[in-house]
Amino acid sequence: MQFDSLHDFLAMGGYALYVWLSFGVSLLALVWVVLDSASTHKKLLRNAREEQARQARIAAARKAQAVHSESQQTGS
Amino acid sequence: MWKWLHPYAKPERAYQLCVTLQPYFLWPGILCLVAGSIWGLAFAPQDYQQGDSFRIIYIHVPSAILSMSTYVAMAVAALVGIVWQWRTAFMAMIAMAPIGAVVTFIALFTGAAWGKPMWGTWWVWDARLTSELILLFLYLGVIALYGAFEDKQQAGKAAGVMALVGVVNVPIIHYSVEWWNTLHQGATISKFDKPSIAPEMLWPLLIALVGLALFIAAVTVMRMKNEIIRREYHRPWVKDLAARALGGDHAV
Repeated sequence: MQFDSLHDFLAMGGYALYVWLSFGVSLLALVWVVLDSASTHKKLLRNAREEQARQARIAAARKAQAVHSESQQTGS
Repeated sequence: MWKWLHPYAKPERAYQLCVTLQPYFLWPGILCLVAGSIWGLAFAPQDYQQGDSFRIIYIHVPSAILSMSTYVAMAVAALVGIVWQWRTAFMAMIAMAPIGAVVTFIALFTGAAWGKPMWGTWWVWDARLTSELILLFLYLGVIALYGAFEDKQQAGKAAGVMALVGVVNVPIIHYSVEWWNTLHQGATISKFDKPSIAPEMLWPLLIALVGLALFIAAVTVMRMKNEIIRREYHRPWVKDLAARALGGDHAV
């Protein structure tokens, strides 16, 4: 350990502002990029599920309509 | 000889590879970054000229070196995408751009915070600083150009060409301290000679460098996964993936 006390460590020999600003901003930037990537991942998966559910509903509606019109034709 | 590589051009296989690799990059990366920072901040000896302000080196130098390495890696991915028409190569390229930009920003920011107490100014328009700022703009340019195209194959090509042209900036950054008179000091470790730094200062620096490299790789595979899903969102395997990841709730 190069410092005698926690206070000395935090003071960084008078350069506290610059040292802690550098490490702080770097930490924030790295955390931000990870959180951004993770939240995009969730959002994309949710979009994919919604889109596929929508496609399934459209397909089901088409099928129902086809069955309906077919029964009308045979009925008349 | 390269046949084993071919399946990874398939998005689903590439995705699986990313999932497998991610923890091996992320956790050792974070561990090394924390260890390197603590060692550098608390245990490395003071610099005889700069006192404790030199401790900024433990983020500044790794981020500066890796901002250039990441750029080269991104350009290689762009080259592969353009030459062999690999869709996944363009995805890798655009996955690397944001973390590359963030690391470049960190290099610039920590440089400014180190320059203020040592040179008396946050910023000067000298060769090293200006060329590193251009690197940041190149990253942002690649991201913006890729986002401007609706067709992502076109986007990959356009942004890829820009990434390739920008490679010329990398040797300029590296040699700027030799070619021009600059406030910035010369190379300390990235030269062929013996490093001009004491071993007890060098070790934490190397650990932080390895840690940041692994961290960049981890973010790259995370974003690579996102790019693959974005391009494949209508495929059944993505549906299965979403069902597994988001749980069984079918409320849509």
